[in-house]
Amino acid sequence: MRIQKVLIANRGEIACRIIRTCREKGLQTVAVYSEADQEMPFVKMADEAVCIGPPPVAKSYLNMEQILQAAKKTKADAVHPGYGFLSENSTFAGKVLQSGLLWIGPRPEVIARMGDKVAARQTMEKAGVPVVPGSVRIDRVEDALEQAAVLGYPVMVKAIAGGGGIGMHVCDDEQDLQRQFSSLRQRAKAYFGNDSLFMEKVITDARHVEVQIAADERGNVIHLFERECSIQRRNQKVIEESPSPSIHETTRKKLCEAAVRAARAVQYTGVGTVEFLVDKSEQFYFLEMNTRLQVEHPVTEEIAGVDLVDWQIALAEGNPLPLRQEEVICRGHAMEFRIYAEDPERFLPSPGKVTQCLFPDGEGIRVDSGIEEENTVSPFYDSMIAKLIVSGCDRKEVLERAEKALRSCRVSGIRTNLPLLVKVLETDAFKSGQYHTKLISEI
Amino acid sequence: MAKVEASMAGTVMQILVSVGDRVEAGQDVVILESMKMEVPLQAEQSGTIKEIKVEVGSFVSDGDVLLELE
Repeated sequence: MRIQKVLIANRGEIACRIIRTCREKGLQTVAVYSEADQEMPFVKMADEAVCIGPPPVAKSYLNMEQILQAAKKTKADAVHPGYGFLSENSTFAGKVLQSGLLWIGPRPEVIARMGDKVAARQTMEKAGVPVVPGSVRIDRVEDALEQAAVLGYPVMVKAIAGGGGIGMHVCDDEQDLQRQFSSLRQRAKAYFGNDSLFMEKVITDARHVEVQIAADERGNVIHLFERECSIQRRNQKVIEESPSPSIHETTRKKLCEAAVRAARAVQYTGVGTVEFLVDKSEQFYFLEMNTRLQVEHPVTEEIAGVDLVDWQIALAEGNPLPLRQEEVICRGHAMEFRIYAEDPERFLPSPGKVTQCLFPDGEGIRVDSGIEEENTVSPFYDSMIAKLIVSGCDRKEVLERAEKALRSCRVSGIRTNLPLLVKVLETDAFKSGQYHTKLISEI
Repeated sequence: MAKVEASMAGTVMQILVSVGDRVEAGQDVVILESMKMEVPLQAEQSGTIKEIKVEVGSFVSDGDVLLELE
């Protein structure tokens, strides 16, 4: 089936990003928006826009019926979920398909299988992909204590239905686990609607490296290399780059092959990401699979010279992969800097009205932004307002361009993490490429 | 009389104290959710909770009074 009109079930920069590719392909676009987002660029950019409810996400961007009604009303024939919100909700994907629309993403059963983090670990183990030593599903504190004793402290406690670095907590010993258990269950319930937990052994000084994969309905699976995502704060990514500056070529090859094996094991279709932890000796372990477009997908687009949203649409239409594995070539280096509306020292949110918003342009500079001057950054949504993507012929050139570009960003009215991004660039660890996930907490 | 005010706009996620509770300066009393982040708010002074002006799920703006202490 050929898609003619895409409804984008998302907001902000990613909605703008998806609309851009749709326009280039000559497709019509429908934006859905909450009452808080009426003045945002993505609403104005789309060919049509439908208000789906009040600002809280449960009443708007997570409101499946309202979104499906908007699709029906505007006669859209496909839904692109972006990232976050309903993008990894298999129920929503199923409803989209039942309504006779195309879902731009993998099949609902694949989303569900990877969404249950314990089932995902088991699938990967069976496929020969190494996983972090961990537990089965846990619902009682006695079971948690028993399994943690086997794994050895510290343990990372996670929500079984979780992901994206939310609702995770490190417990250092038995007392700590006992004390935190019920509140961790409550939080899992609040964030993911499921209070079951599981645990993983903490891998110290780990790096977070993920592999971009793509697969078509004929069973062809390829990778588009890795992204290093170890610069994080509160388990959320801040800077990503490709290639990873810290792993050896042999590790890179093994990681990419393992990601392809992982995608094959679940009969994946579309564009997806396999996340790994890599330890000091370059042993790697499967973390989770993201069955959607990643925030940091532009890094891969810049080094591989592809448009992943275009690929997603083509693959959803049932077309074969645009490239064979040997045709995917990594050229140069790219980095992404996430610009957050937050206090750069304490990482506290900073919602408010944006009075000035100027981003650089030029050779090797790409800005995927979701705001403009006079917009209000709402407390109801994620604090990421824009992404600065810098590319060049090698890492050195990217570092030079990035520093100039970051220093020339002008965002006023709200506080942003721009000073923190510059500070990270200035550290020896970042300059040398030998950094791990604790770098921000150590500077 | 001491107050605890919202330091930013957000939604009240958890209220950690009840009327009549004795709290110490620096103790977490309310958790706000703003921009998908949990932000704990502390009592600036020690005292007894006199009144709770919000409930879980309330949307508050920067500067709104959440609790009163005496």
